[in-house]
Amino acid sequence: MASQEQLSAIKGAKVLMVGAGGIGCELLKTLALSGFQDIHIIDMDTIEVSNLNRQFLFRQSHVGQSKAKVARDAVLRVRPNISITPYHANVKESRFNVDFFKEFDVVLNGLDNLDARRHVNRLCLAADVPLVESGTTGFLGQVTVHLKGKTECYECQPKPAPKTYPVCTITSTPSKFVHCIVWAKDLLFAKLFGDKNLENDLNVHSNDAANSSEHSDVFEYRKDEDIEEYGRRIYDHVFGHNIEVALSNEETWKNRNKPRPIYSKDVLPEKLSEQNGNMEKGCVTDDVSAMASLGLKNPQDVWSLGENSRVFLEALRLFFLKREKEIGNLTFDKDDQLAVEFVTAAANIRASSFGIPLHSLFEAKGIAGNIVHAVATTNAIIAGLIVIEAIKVLIKDSNNYRMTYCLEHPSRKMLLMPVEPYEPNKSCYVCSETPLSLEVNTHRSKLRDFVEKIVKAKLGMNFPLIMQGASILYEVGEDLEEDMVAIYAANLEKALSELPSPVTSGTVLTVEDLQQEFSRNINIKHREEFDEEKEPDGMLLSGWVEPPVDKDKNKPIGNGESTSNALPAEESLEAKKDVTIQEISEVTEIATGTKRKLSEVSKGTTPDHSGLSDETRNHNQLEKLDVDDEDDELMISDDWESLTKKKRL
Amino acid sequence: MPKKLKHQNNEQDAGLKELLRIVDEPKARWILWRTQPLIPIFSRFARLLKVASFYGYCEHLEFALKLTVQVVVEQETALYDRQIRVWGADAQRRLSKSHILVYGIKGTVAEFCKNIVLAGVGSLTLVDDRVVNEEALSANFLILPDDNLFQGKTLAEVCCDSLKEFNPMVRVSVEKGDISTFGVEFFEKFDVVVISCCSLAKKKLINQKCRKLSKRVAFYTVDCRGSCGEIFVDLQNYKYSKKKLEENIDCQLEYPSFEEAISVPWRALPRRVSKLYFAMRVIEGFEDVEGSNPGETLIADLPGVLKLRKELCETNSLNESQIPNALLERLLIGTREYPPVCAIIGGILGQEVIKAISGKGDPLKNFFFFDAMDGKGLIEDISEPNTGS
Ligand SMILES: [Zn+2]
Repeated sequence: MASQEQLSAIKGAKVLMVGAGGIGCELLKTLALSGFQDIHIIDMDTIEVSNLNRQFLFRQSHVGQSKAKVARDAVLRVRPNISITPYHANVKESRFNVDFFKEFDVVLNGLDNLDARRHVNRLCLAADVPLVESGTTGFLGQVTVHLKGKTECYECQPKPAPKTYPVCTITSTPSKFVHCIVWAKDLLFAKLFGDKNLENDLNVHSNDAANSSEHSDVFEYRKDEDIEEYGRRIYDHVFGHNIEVALSNEETWKNRNKPRPIYSKDVLPEKLSEQNGNMEKGCVTDDVSAMASLGLKNPQDVWSLGENSRVFLEALRLFFLKREKEIGNLTFDKDDQLAVEFVTAAANIRASSFGIPLHSLFEAKGIAGNIVHAVATTNAIIAGLIVIEAIKVLIKDSNNYRMTYCLEHPSRKMLLMPVEPYEPNKSCYVCSETPLSLEVNTHRSKLRDFVEKIVKAKLGMNFPLIMQGASILYEVGEDLEEDMVAIYAANLEKALSELPSPVTSGTVLTVEDLQQEFSRNINIKHREEFDEEKEPDGMLLSGWVEPPVDKDKNKPIGNGESTSNALPAEESLEAKKDVTIQEISEVTEIATGTKRKLSEVSKGTTPDHSGLSDETRNHNQLEKLDVDDEDDELMISDDWESLTKKKRL
Repeated sequence: MPKKLKHQNNEQDAGLKELLRIVDEPKARWILWRTQPLIPIFSRFARLLKVASFYGYCEHLEFALKLTVQVVVEQETALYDRQIRVWGADAQRRLSKSHILVYGIKGTVAEFCKNIVLAGVGSLTLVDDRVVNEEALSANFLILPDDNLFQGKTLAEVCCDSLKEFNPMVRVSVEKGDISTFGVEFFEKFDVVVISCCSLAKKKLINQKCRKLSKRVAFYTVDCRGSCGEIFVDLQNYKYSKKKLEENIDCQLEYPSFEEAISVPWRALPRRVSKLYFAMRVIEGFEDVEGSNPGETLIADLPGVLKLRKELCETNSLNESQIPNALLERLLIGTREYPPVCAIIGGILGQEVIKAISGKGDPLKNFFFFDAMDGKGLIEDISEPNTGS
């Protein structure tokens, strides 16, 4: 049932959907049933088996095909007379520019990553098209409406930074299983199977410089070396020797439990190879798997230390035996069974050393691959709410826009909680004219650092153009002259103060993304020293609003680490003006036994992947766990806490 | 047909016997039942095994069979990976053994069916003998508007065909007949009964039948009118455990039947109970008195509805302003479902049924309301104060 006004608005509307995943499938169906006639849909992904439990427009036979196209075909069977235009493409492609966005009456996001969300936000602002944004995690979800100048934009509230761990926690003093996973994945796996030229902190804890250089080639596989021997050498080095070295630094262990060095001979019989191998032939799948060849079946079982040690050696053996060509180019991928087995085993052995509880492969895979929890029902509910807001946008019913939270436990009797949207943030670096300033060591920091850490990571630009007055220092684009490309490449490696037009204290840099039609001036201030732990970037951008430090009396209850565990409770409809905070429960409480809270899950899943990320991702930095490309449902990571401090419309 | 069935059963028995050599019985039955789509492969293995054991080749084939079983388990884990991460492997197993009955398939129930078929319940049985017509298409994406496809077919049959495609691991079937004439024993086969588009009398009747059984059958009613939706839940005496700060706490909830719930005098209800609750009772009562089909009211019925409101408000000493005219009008003319609301109510209902089957999470007690007008999704506990938890 819809009013005449609504019906005619729906019929005449041209809408753009970005994302044809979990939310997207539900949304496309609900839009079609609701009478929308002209729907365009962008999604770069192809269909995977793990999508099928909720992305109901897809079947087993569609695996590998374009989500956007299959979704279109499926919905046209139900509503043959409407127009659905699919684009199997990345929304960041230059053809989806401001003019493209201007053609639409409303843009509806069902995206899975912060990068693309920020990009769409900017294009919507530049094109002045309303945006309905959404996200789900498990039973939690949210829908928000963004209309330039009227409500806040998607980036008015800074998103929680991705979870980072101090290097020494990972290399020397892990206290949680996730630390062991990061170590196994970003250090050990990268060291053994990844690009040898990348820096690697695996041995960083060794305070004896001579000692570490002595072992510099311990990871080298010598020709004709017995592969099991090699595996045991690595094993003994990283789980035995390195722990002994760490133990020698007594200062570290004054207030900590000492780890236990583990050597392969203590947990495994002298010779293994006879026991392996005989079952290999029976392997049903083509995938090389240490679990299969060891006869381990259930990925939800937690293996003993002995089993983990066997998996470790077997996975290593299989990499060298069956996948030798890939060694040196591998990066961890959650869909790579052997890689997941190796990382699970290595993380568990390390955990065992440090007295941290061991985890199953299923759980380890979830942590290492940052797999987002997803169910069909939440997506369906969220899609329904998106359509309700989209219709309000079309009939310009701006007084009734709501952002709605879908909760797992009721808050004041509500499972679906509408909240009035907030005004634009006056100091938002995206939708306001707020000035930015950057403190940086202009002699030491290279232009590359500025591009990666500020322009891409913080400002979220894809095709940046950096200018100092009238001279261009750097540019990314499709049709650049060759000689310019060479100059820019050379500039990247120069310290800021040594650039052709030197950047020093007092310089104003202009940074632009022509596709996003987004431009900012940055005032440069030279600063000599930075705190390595607190300011790992070696530079500090201000004017850019960091997630607020909590000084409010409305402190969220419990969970001190969280910046996003609190919700504003809706009271305005009950004619009250104040806003209080309700605790939001643990997402995974009922789940697999992983005790991660919503906030951690979402922090972990925050930004950086897709498109550019392959070049920009820096594996040395332990900055983040990789984000799951295929999963469409992201975090509720919007900083609920900070919402409570803002004015209402 | 019967012959073929028997043949299949024999093969299943053989399969079961062979499986019992490897795993225990519940596990064997579960595997067998879940591998039904794979029966041809499976029975081939079973037969091979028999031949092999005769000739003493048993070990190799047993290994092959183990691998087959493993592949099936792996397939399920891969398919349900993301949701197992939400509710756990245990809950997934319970889901896969559960049997659901739905009656009255309009847009909201279609949404619900999609959700639980995707979630991987054991079986879903559909009852709705109405013939497919233009109106049925409006909010129901399970019906493809190809006239030739469903000539003469009932709603249940057409929806069954679509739902089967969503998940080959779930058995979806149709039961014909008038649900009010089904005996108590019919309902015994199910763990969950969901009814929609029903008269007041039918709701009460089926709820009673479910309550007569020795096993607990979760009972739900669901209805959407225009931009509003209502869910009623009866889990009878429901025990579950929830984790709080690493500890498992046992919880118990006592649910009233539908009849008991709606007989609670309105003045005994907490203040600020959703207006939608009262409005839905007025409309439901009006349809009952008029003997009209549920959801087939007209705006012309407004005077009659207002008269009933007056009577009910007087009996219950409730101020008539608690049930605004505008709301009643919306419900009266909202005979067609509103697809976004179907998605929302069908989603909430799906979640509740998953909670009830898996025993994980707090189930809602005992009414849920959503109104797209204000966007609130509200839980109301409508029970005698002493039947609380
Ligand atoms: Zn903004």
